[in-house]
Order: sequence, then structure tokens, then C-alpha cells
Amino acid sequence: MTRAPERSRPAPPTPSPAQAVGRPLDRVDGPAKTAGLARYTADHHVPDLAHAALVHATVARGRITGLDTADAEAVGGVLAVLTHHNAPRMTPPAPVSALDLSTLAPGTTVDYLNTDRVHWNGQPVAVVVADSPDTARQAARLVRVTYEVEPAVTDFAAAQDDAVPLRGTLLVLGEERTGDAERALATAPVVVDHRYTTPAQSHHAMEPHATVAVWNGDRLTVHEGSQDVDWARRHLARRFGVPLAGVRVLSPHVGGGFGGKAPVWAGTVLTVLAARATGRAVRMVLSREDVIRTVGGRTPTVQRVALGAQRDGTLTALLHTGVSQVGRVGGTPEPVGSQSRHLYAAPHIWIRHSTTTLDVLPTAHMRAPGEAVGTFALESAVDELAVALGMDPVELRMRNEPDRDPLDGKRFSRRDLRAAYARGAERFGWAERTPSPRSMRDGHWLVGRGVATAFHLPVRLPADVTVRLRADGTVLVRCAFHEIGVGAATAQTQVAADALGVPVEAVTVEHGDTELPVGPQAGGSGQTASVATALLEACEELKRSVLALARRSPSSPLRGRRLSELRAGRGGLYRADAPDRGETYGVILTRAGRAEIEVRTAAGTRLGRTLQQARAAAGWFRDRRRWVRAVTGAHFCEVRVDEHTGEVRVSRWLGVFDVGRVVNPKTATSQLRGGIVMGIGAALSEETLVDPRTGRTVNPGLAEYHVPVQADLPRIEVDYLDEPDPTTPLGLLGVGEVGITGVAAAVANAVHHATGVRVRDLPVTLDRLL
Amino acid sequence: MRLTCTVNGDRHEVDDVWEGESLLYVLRERMGLPGSKNACEQGECGSCTVYLDGVPVCACLVAAGQAQGREVGTVEGLAGPGELHPVQEAFLEAGAVQCGFCTPGLLVATDDLVRRSRAEGRRPADAEIREALAGNLCRCTGYEKILDAVRLAADRMAGEAR
Amino acid sequence: MRPFTYLSAPDVTTALRAIATEPGARLLAGGTNLVDLMRQDVERPTTVVDISTLPLDEVQELPAGGLRIGALVRNSRLAAHPAVRSRYPVLSQAVLSGASGQLRNMATVGGNLLQRTRCPYFADGTAACNKRDPGSGCAAIGGFHRGSAVLGTSEHCIATHPSDMAVALVALDAVVEVQSLRGTRRIPLAELHVLPGDTPDVETALDPDELVTAVELPALPVAASSRYRKVRDRASFAFALVSVAAAMEVADGTVTAARLALGGVAARPWRAHLAERALVGAPATEEDFRRAATAELATAVGRPQNAFKIELARRTVVATLHQLTTEGGAA
Repeated sequence: MTRAPERSRPAPPTPSPAQAVGRPLDRVDGPAKTAGLARYTADHHVPDLAHAALVHATVARGRITGLDTADAEAVGGVLAVLTHHNAPRMTPPAPVSALDLSTLAPGTTVDYLNTDRVHWNGQPVAVVVADSPDTARQAARLVRVTYEVEPAVTDFAAAQDDAVPLRGTLLVLGEERTGDAERALATAPVVVDHRYTTPAQSHHAMEPHATVAVWNGDRLTVHEGSQDVDWARRHLARRFGVPLAGVRVLSPHVGGGFGGKAPVWAGTVLTVLAARATGRAVRMVLSREDVIRTVGGRTPTVQRVALGAQRDGTLTALLHTGVSQVGRVGGTPEPVGSQSRHLYAAPHIWIRHSTTTLDVLPTAHMRAPGEAVGTFALESAVDELAVALGMDPVELRMRNEPDRDPLDGKRFSRRDLRAAYARGAERFGWAERTPSPRSMRDGHWLVGRGVATAFHLPVRLPADVTVRLRADGTVLVRCAFHEIGVGAATAQTQVAADALGVPVEAVTVEHGDTELPVGPQAGGSGQTASVATALLEACEELKRSVLALARRSPSSPLRGRRLSELRAGRGGLYRADAPDRGETYGVILTRAGRAEIEVRTAAGTRLGRTLQQARAAAGWFRDRRRWVRAVTGAHFCEVRVDEHTGEVRVSRWLGVFDVGRVVNPKTATSQLRGGIVMGIGAALSEETLVDPRTGRTVNPGLAEYHVPVQADLPRIEVDYLDEPDPTTPLGLLGVGEVGITGVAAAVANAVHHATGVRVRDLPVTLDRLL
Repeated sequence: MRLTCTVNGDRHEVDDVWEGESLLYVLRERMGLPGSKNACEQGECGSCTVYLDGVPVCACLVAAGQAQGREVGTVEGLAGPGELHPVQEAFLEAGAVQCGFCTPGLLVATDDLVRRSRAEGRRPADAEIREALAGNLCRCTGYEKILDAVRLAADRMAGEAR
Repeated sequence: MRPFTYLSAPDVTTALRAIATEPGARLLAGGTNLVDLMRQDVERPTTVVDISTLPLDEVQELPAGGLRIGALVRNSRLAAHPAVRSRYPVLSQAVLSGASGQLRNMATVGGNLLQRTRCPYFADGTAACNKRDPGSGCAAIGGFHRGSAVLGTSEHCIATHPSDMAVALVALDAVVEVQSLRGTRRIPLAELHVLPGDTPDVETALDPDELVTAVELPALPVAASSRYRKVRDRASFAFALVSVAAAMEVADGTVTAARLALGGVAARPWRAHLAERALVGAPATEEDFRRAATAELATAVGRPQNAFKIELARRTVVATLHQLTTEGGAA
């Protein structure tokens, strides 16, 4: 086995010491987190705190006919048992509208505790409030519910035949085609055409969902581990019919999200409801079982990928269709063909997405929705085509690497997958691979190597930012973005430090609080670039304001200068042509008699915000018409398969990514690596088991849902081209999701190379290899 | 019951504890030490790892009654106030922290691993680290930098007096 | 978790008296399984008798050369014990392959033996389970049963016993010492766990008033050359799909002594007597190993999701025995 070099990537080009962006700085929240002092939602104590627990439905569909709460109410310390009989009324969720993305906030459309309808096995049907969590949970066990059971659709495999093709909208990817893929397929000299399946999966962020709700009249304060505090605030204001301005959501530290904490789920709504009903501050920390029963996860999928090619490997047809699942009361389909629109230069392409509707917990987005499971099918099929052609799988991919978007000829804002593969092949020693299956072994281990392409389309969202510069040279950045672990605050510290030419130590970033200017969701791999874009604008504005102050003084060396002639650095503004001529911000502000100066992007008014959102949306769509702005990567993987038992061990990994500029290699590498490891979990072990007879999840914990542990993994190397995207400020794109894409295919392709067995159904467990 | 035990070197007495409460609950809710995290409540993730009489355990599965008279150590007690322990420093510098929820438990488990290895006059091998920390799940980092942090901590602690 | 009376037993007699007089009493030692099941409302004791401080935590040499392991010896201490590592490596390996470091620090020998099945339907109070709720049926048959048993099952229950340690112990002819107010008795470990039949709720030969106080290992020279092989879905921290505890001596190419047990395949740690009989006296070849394994598995019944376990068990036996012949036992 090749010994991995000590460093996980070659030394990056050394940024100038004055520059913070590009340096592997320690996390700004690291000291608090390692000291055990970072406070997450469940850590918040407020006076007079009560605790809530959920009662879950045990049938998939029907009507509640009886609720016996007497035993629960009799438990000492129980304050209330809330059911649809006695719970305060709420306003139903708003219909989804592309004009107001916060209408996407609710994870389900259910009127929790305002209805006797049961829509999935696990839906909350009662909430117990008590003076301790143990008491609340104990009493919750004593609530007896009877149902009139109705027929339910709970078997995804059986429901596939009823799938309905999706019509494309602004929010949903539907059908796309160029040429006539079916006809091209029928005449192609070489064809692979297979069915692939992926199971339901769950986010399993380490922090279970938790909420603390405190009412003060119509004012509501909520502590909540959230990937979108603005969504949460807007949704809660609507549901409870109170003014938006009175609702505050705080989420300074979030213990992981992966998509599961972007929507507002039952636990949040019902904690707020419980607090409203009891007049107490209420905290509800979901058990892991509660999370799995009430927070949607990734849909199972069944996909067909068909590829037609000339004998030289030139693709002639690419067909990718897929079925994902939604719940009858909500859910998000997965656009499994997303990457198939952009990855290969086939003249005939047909992409179609369908959904089937089940009486189960609505699905939700999980890391790289669409691409995470779509790349499994596509990149497995490409490997199968390479085998059919007798061609190296890297070579096959390079042969079909498009110059422009294959669907509509748009330009890629940047794309250098060739370089990623070239560097990866060299570092990994790809050339040493012998092509035949079962041709490499080490004792009783069958050794296989596989590749697959990673692909993701990061989003861009509007962000409001304020930047305050004080006369002492310190800077305060405020924006309600989210720190779910990615290093968001650290990255923005670096961006601000460079933009203003101050040391990173001078910058403080506040986030995760709706009292701050509205930030973007931590989703779509867009948060860092979105906030940075607004932050750069704000810093420019700030420098202009500072310069205006300086120019008022006859003694300023900046007098008569334009901002374009200046450089920010050494804590102030200096002339580009005479770097020793300039002055510090402190000097300028002090002389002007100002303790501080603050700028804010976008208007604080509702109209201003709407205009800004519209502007941002227009820009986003304009960009989308002009560019395909994607991040890509090349995964190289080696597995070992025990020839006796079929056990699969990943023994080497290298991912080379083309993700634009990297703000902080320390945090970005972990984002990519964490994605790879989640992908390895999806490849080998992760599966949420929903009993098709009952619609009930039978493995709602970490004991039987196997996320990878340390011992499952080799050293995972991550490398990037680190070239800025020419179309974005700072050249940033997004790194949060691309890591997971392609991983399962790389593993399955390597397993095929090791064993000769092609597994088209995830996870690749050993019983599929015996 | 009145629970009396030593936590991070300080004697604690807490009244009206129900023996069936978990030690984790007592630490977090009654002693003001929420550093140890509740992530699965069934011993499957290691986020609540604390020392009990010098041995790492899952505090979520220890009944409060079983902590009577015993010594407990949590992440808050690894270093003095305002300081970071070498293991904590190593996690910070290596970038082994992301969302931070698994971190407190991992720090205790790592401290134990490094101490045990040091007592045997050696540093833990990679395979040993991966196996020893298999009970501490992390969903963010991909584990690699945790491994780096353990090595770094082991190097630094090797230089300390035993 | 439902309310209960907590009793910290200061001595064995107090503990025995409590379980003899309180029908709803349960013994609490390491708590790794009981506390979890209480939280899931599967276990509902009215009295919890905490025995964790009883003086049953010694590993002692027996006069005849065996070991006496106190029921409250923690798993991690047992695995690290020098006598266990050198004379019964299969036991050390089995214990280390189970759970995580933290849980091994908590879990005791007695608790490990008496842990309950990890069948997911057993833990879900809404599901049919004859073990938890006699007469309610078995949701695993016809449901998810990839991890379920293939040997000794009944139409009422296909749950497995999840212990690794017990698989090694049963291969090593361990004997369990149990006490009650009525006295002390010794049960061969192979007879401690009972097959489900039509009473899957009855899991052991213990009476409700009995406390496991120790496990005794006989002197067993063959055990010095022994191995534990666990096959599972993760490299660590997962229950066995199939496991094999094996000890074997070979002289001049012929097996002269063999101890073999299987885990993850039955409601008890499965001592493979049929395979042992086939092995002893036969050549130490893979072909003969396979024949022996096949003999043991002749009565195995696979279902759609777990039929693979039969072939997996066969292969794992062969591979483990082969490894013993080529590499010997390992500590």
C-alpha cells in the first residue's frame, strides 16, 4: 500500500503574508468549541424552563378517533398534554411561491395538533409539557391514541409504477432534452442500459434538533439549531399570527445540518406551541428517534441510465431518468439527472425526473440533493461503458469532456476537469492499475481501483451585511448567516480582513441571529460566496466613506485621491503608487471625530429588501442564462474486498477538486473530506429502513444506521486546483456538497474492478458480493 | 437522592436527584456543565464521553445513582479556566473541529488514549487511534484531522512529565 | 423511562433478597443495555438493583489451571488481562471486537452474557414481537431480517443473541456460576441461553431470583491457539453478521483438537459440536474445514434477506481455521 504523504495536499502557493484569504487559519470558534464552552440550543437555560416531548402516530394514514391522556396528565410534574383537542390554533403554512422562498420553510404542510388526520407513521399527535425532560418523555409513553386506519401507500418499490413526470419550474428540475436520445441509443454500436437504486438516507447531524421557545406577550424568542434562521422566523410569525419584527431566532452554533435543519419541522413548531399554551419557556430536545420520525431525510431513488457510444468511446446518447419519493404532505424530489445535463458531450440527451407520492414522512434535501445519488447512477454507467468498450475509464471521460454545455451550448464559468483528472491520475498512480477485474490482489484481499466524477452547482443567494469600523482599528461584521460547522465565520473574517487591509485579529463576525441583517441559508454550497459578495460590497462602500472623511481634511495624504488609486492595508488606506503615503483608519476617524463608521448593504426596509431580493434573483437567473457555474472533481479510490467474506474496506482515496478559489484550506479540506466520508457511508452502509408494510422506520438510531466510524477509513487525500472562478467576486464557488458527489460510484466501480461484481443497488454490503 | 460526587476536582452535592436520571443530565442540567453533549442517548456516538473514576464512559448510560461518591471528569475540566489542554490545542490547530458537537467527547476519549499510550512509553499507532476512537462518531470532518490532532497531542504530551 | 425504586446493593445477599422478593426487579451493572432499553420503554423494572459495586470484579487463577472471572469484571479489563490474552486469545479478541472503548469500560461480563437481542422490532414497542410481547407475532419474519438468525430459529422468533464475548466463552467450555438465596449452581454456558421455540420471551435457563456471579474457564491448552473473526457492516462498532470463535491444534497435518462456535446466527452463542466432531481426526485442509462447516450448517434456515449468512458462516469458518493453521492464534 502506498504510504500517503504527511500533508494532505501539496503546499499551496504561499499567499502574501498580508493576505488572509487562502491561508489555513484556525477557526475563530475553535477555542470555545474545544473548551466545551460553545453553547448550542440544548445548552440554553432560561428561567422557569419547562420541557416537552412528542407522542408519535403509530399508523401511516388515518384519523385519530380517541386520545386518552389521563394517565399522562396524572404523572407528577406534567404541566400539559397538548392534542388536537386542546392545542391553540395556528395559521396553516403558506402555499409555496417562487417569489418568496421562505414559503419553502415548512418541512411538511401538516397542521400539527390542529388536525385529527394522520399522514405518516411517526407524525406527532400529542405533546407533553413537564418540569423535566424525563417526566415529559415518561408521560408521553402513557398517552394512548386510537385510530381509524385508512389504506396507505408505504412501499416505494411498489409505488414506482405510479410515478409522475415532473414539470420543470423555477424551483424544480423537470424534463430536459436535446436531440433524440432514444433513437440514438437504438443505433449506437455500444450500449449500456441499466437500473440503479439508492435507499433512503438520513442526515444524522450529531446535534439532534432542539428548540427553546420563550414568549413575552406577542414577542417570541427562539433558540434553534437552524440552517435558515430567516425562514424559521418568517414561518413561525405566520403560524402563530404575530408580527415578524417580534420574532427572534438565535442560532449561533449549529451541531451539523447537511440540509436537515434548513426546513422548519414539527419539533420547532410544537415547542413554540407548547410555550404559547403553557405560558412557560419550553425546551424540546428531540431524541434521535424523534428526529428520524419527524425530520425528513433523503428519498430513495430508482434510476435508469442508458449510454450509447461509438466504438472509439465517443458518446452518442445519454439518457437518465429517475424516480424519487415525496410525502403526501410535502417533500422535495431529488433531481437525479442534474449532473447528467452538464458532464458529457453527448449530442442526444434526455433527462427526466418523476416522483411518486407515499404516505410517509416527507423527504427533505440532504447534502447535494440530486447529484449525490444521481452521480452514483451516471458514473457507474460510464464505468460500465468503459468496461464494455475495453477502454480506460479516465480516458473515456476525457474523450467526452465538453467545451460547452452539452444541452444548450452555454459556457462554463470555469471547468478544468481534465486538469483534475490529470493531477489525480499522477498522484494516485492510476497507470499502475491493471484493467481486468480481479487482476489485483494482496493476500486474501481483492484490490480494485475506481474513479468517478464529482459535480455540483452551487447556488447564490442574497445577503445583507453591516460592517462597522471603529477608530481603534477593529471591525465588526454582522450578518445572520449560519455556522453549521463549515467555518463560515472564519472565512468571512478572512474576507473582511483582506478587503479592509486589517489583521484577522481585528475582525469580529456576528452571525446566527435574526436581529442581524438577513443572511443566506446554509444550503446549496452558497453561503460563503453569497456572504462574501455582500461583504466585499460593504467593505468597498466603507472604504469610500472613510476616504470621503479623509478628503475633508487638508492635511490628509489621501486628499484628492480616488479609491481606485488606493490600496487597503496596514489598517488603513495607502496610495498604490506611493505605498508609504496614506493613513490608518484610526487616524482618519479620530481626526473626523468619529468613534466608528458603519455601512450596510441593501435597505433595511421591507421594500428595499424586496427590491434587493429581486435584484439578486434577476442576477442569478441572468447568470444562469449566461453560464453554467459548476464545481467539479475527480475521485480516485482503492478498495479491498475480502475474497472470503465480501467485506469491503476503502484503502486509499484521493479527490482532486476544481472549486474555484479556496478561502481557508483547513476548513475547506474538511468540508470536502467530510463529504467524501458521507459518500463512503452512502456507498457501503447507510440506509434508512422503512418497513414497507407499515411505513415505519425501523432503524431510527445510530445503532443500526451505520455512519462511517474512524476505523472504516483510510487517509483521505484532498487536493484542489485552487484557481479562482473568473465570474465571481474573489473567484469563490462553493465546497460544501461537491465532495459527496461521485463517491458511491467510485467505490462501486472499484468494487467491480476488485471482484468483477457490478453492484447497482446501494449500499454495497457484503451480501451483494458473496 | 442527594448526589455527592467529585466533578473536575470539585466536590458537588446536588439534592432531589432521581437515581434514574443519566449522569449526563445531572452534569448538563444540574451542575451547569453542558460541555458534554447529548446526541444519541444510547451509547452509540460518544458525544457524552466523560471520565468516571478515570475511565472514559458514555455519561448518557450511567444512572445518576451510580455516580454516587465517584470522580467525574468532563471536557470543561481538561484544562484550567481560560486555558486549553494540549489535546484541545491540537484539535484547534489541526482543524479537527467543525460543528463541534462531537468534539467534547472526542477530546476526553483522545486524552485517555494519549495518556494510556504515554504510560506505556509510546505513541498510538494510526490503526490504534482509528479503533480507539471508533466509538466517537463525527459527521463533519471525515475524521482525518482528528487523527492529525491525536498525533499532534501525543507528540506534545510525550514531552510532558508523566 | 418509567419511575422505579433504586437500590444500591451493598452486598450480594441484599441483591439476592431484592430479586427474590420483587417480581419487577432488574439488576443494573454496566447499564449499557438495560438503561437504553428502559429509555425505550422495553424494559420496565419497578425496582432497579444496582450491583455495580459488589465485589465480583476479580479475575482469579483456578487451582486446576483455569480462570475465574467475576461477573462484574468490565469488558475492557477482561480483554486486557494478561492471562486472558496469553491463554485465551480468542476471548480477548472477541471482547475487543464488541461495542466501543467507552462501552467496554462500562459493560460487565455478566451483563454482556445477559444482554438482549438487537432485533429492531424488539426495541420498537409498536411492532409485533413475541420476545417483548408474547403472542403478538414476529415482525422480523416478513420484515427486515438481514441480521436475524439462521440456526435454531422458530416460527415465533428469529432474533440473534448479539454478544461476541459469549461466542468465545462457549467455545472455551465456560461455566457460569449463579447464586440465589437458595444456593449456588453452575450452568455450562452452552446451556445458559435457550432457543426460542414457542416461548421466545424465555431467553435463559436462569430463574428470576438468580444472579450471575462468575464465569469459569477450564484449563484448555488448545485455547492458546485461537482466534475470533467477526464479520460486520463496519470495520468497527457494529454487531456481527457472522462471527467465528475457533481454537485448534494440528499435528502432522491432522486436527487433534478443535473448539468452534458461531455468533450472529442464533439466539444463543452457537457451539459448533457437529463441526468439531468432523474436524478432529481429519486433515487440516480447507476442503475438510468446509465439510465441517457444512455439517454444522445443515439445519440452517435462511430467509430472503439473511440466507447469505449461511454461506458467509461457512466461508468465515473455513477462512478462520485456515488462518489458524497458517498463522496460529494471536493475542
